[in-house]
Amino acid sequence: MFNSLGKYILLLRLSFKRPEKFSVYWAEVMREMVSTGIGSLGIISIISVFIGAATTIQVAFQLSSPLVPLSTAGKIARDSTILEFSPTISALVLAGRVGSSIASQIGTMRVTEQIDALEIMGVNAPGYLIAPKIIAGITMVPLLVIVSIALGMTGGWIACLFGGEVTPADYVVGLRDGFDPLTMQVALVKATAFGFIIASICAYQGFYTSGGALEVGQSATRGVVYSCVMILFADLVITRLML
Amino acid sequence: MIEIKDIYKTFGDNDVLKGISATFQTGKNNLIIGGSGSGKTTLLKCIVGLHEPTKGDVFFEEENFTDMDFTGRVPIRTQIGMLFQNSALFDSMSVEENIMFPLNLFTKQTLAEKRDRANFCLERVNLEDKNKLYPAELSGGMKKRVGIARAIAMQPKYLFVDEPNSGLDPKTSIVIDDLINDLTTEYNMTTIIVTHDMNSVMGIGEHIIFLHEGQKWWEGSNKEIAHTDNKELNDFVFASKFMQAAKGKL
Repeated sequence: MFNSLGKYILLLRLSFKRPEKFSVYWAEVMREMVSTGIGSLGIISIISVFIGAATTIQVAFQLSSPLVPLSTAGKIARDSTILEFSPTISALVLAGRVGSSIASQIGTMRVTEQIDALEIMGVNAPGYLIAPKIIAGITMVPLLVIVSIALGMTGGWIACLFGGEVTPADYVVGLRDGFDPLTMQVALVKATAFGFIIASICAYQGFYTSGGALEVGQSATRGVVYSCVMILFADLVITRLML
Repeated sequence: MIEIKDIYKTFGDNDVLKGISATFQTGKNNLIIGGSGSGKTTLLKCIVGLHEPTKGDVFFEEENFTDMDFTGRVPIRTQIGMLFQNSALFDSMSVEENIMFPLNLFTKQTLAEKRDRANFCLERVNLEDKNKLYPAELSGGMKKRVGIARAIAMQPKYLFVDEPNSGLDPKTSIVIDDLINDLTTEYNMTTIIVTHDMNSVMGIGEHIIFLHEGQKWWEGSNKEIAHTDNKELNDFVFASKFMQAAKGKL
């Protein structure tokens, strides 16, 4: 375990060495941002709307007491979405979508000697392959989480519109009631950390793949599993530290 | 010129290379041959720095490559071209982008100049008009030729070739061998080829090193290889019925 941790840290150090040519790396960063951000927008939108709707219905169901104002459902759904559902569930989905892609892409490059080809040319392979993915992760995951939060709340509003437990007007009142900007800060810190975890762990798994197609698949699986575990651990740590 | 001195390489308990020394001359096709598992590819990877030798040194024109760190090796690496066994073309890039890749990173050429160079390299390997194709759209022989075009894009002083004929039909193999031979002469490169293809050995083997069980077992040229009393080498050279039939005529 300590051996792997050491290799992981050394790989990260190599990844952020000075690039051979900034313009080439910049183009790669842009490409990765499009792949991570735009490429994941569809799945994040779909899950966010459904989770927002389901959360609102469940909260409304649990607050069936006449003593609790109906708008409370909107308030609780908002805070749950911002603090937990959007950052964490989006990150877990992104670990599956983006993380497996990173691990299998780099792993395939390893087993087909493309990484050797980069090194022979004098290119710092970790810098060229991994740094752009990490930069894309820590910039695009927070943006995706912001979109997810907005769509989650929209999902809640749609659920109110068609459900009837809480009226859309009460829900909106709840959304606006007692909003604490700290919750958004926590969500964005979590999203940034999760973006880093997904990209770096999956890139590490891919970079040290050896063998063939079977091992590439195993690296991708390991990358996703380790990322998910680390996301949940980081979720706990950040929540504990910031709230 | 490349010189290797007393190269050892061990993986765990497995001694793959056991003290190999050799000199590879400029302008010549230097072949490293041997059976499967003899350490050919490991030796090649030790020379180019993909594996660090357990012991021993590699000199590029008297500069000790083994002692250098990654940054120190970059100036030498930009003078190295390598053709990999499976070509190792970048899947996400077109043929032209593959060839322009080292130019993008290590030169200040304009886009037009880089395109010209890529076109020249593609013409040199007889692949004009294939610029926009992707590696997945190429045949095995075409991939090898694109690999060669990428390897010569930076006008290297050293060319390393790992199993150039693996997976190719005999006719295409000869085309690839001739291409490597012509480029070696044209650019006056130090070319090191790892192969177990006897057609290549007999066709372009100006200087041959035969490895057996991780040791240098024999050294000579294609003119001498058929007339040696080295048992292991003879077993290797005359393993095929074709070579056995041709034995008296070589």
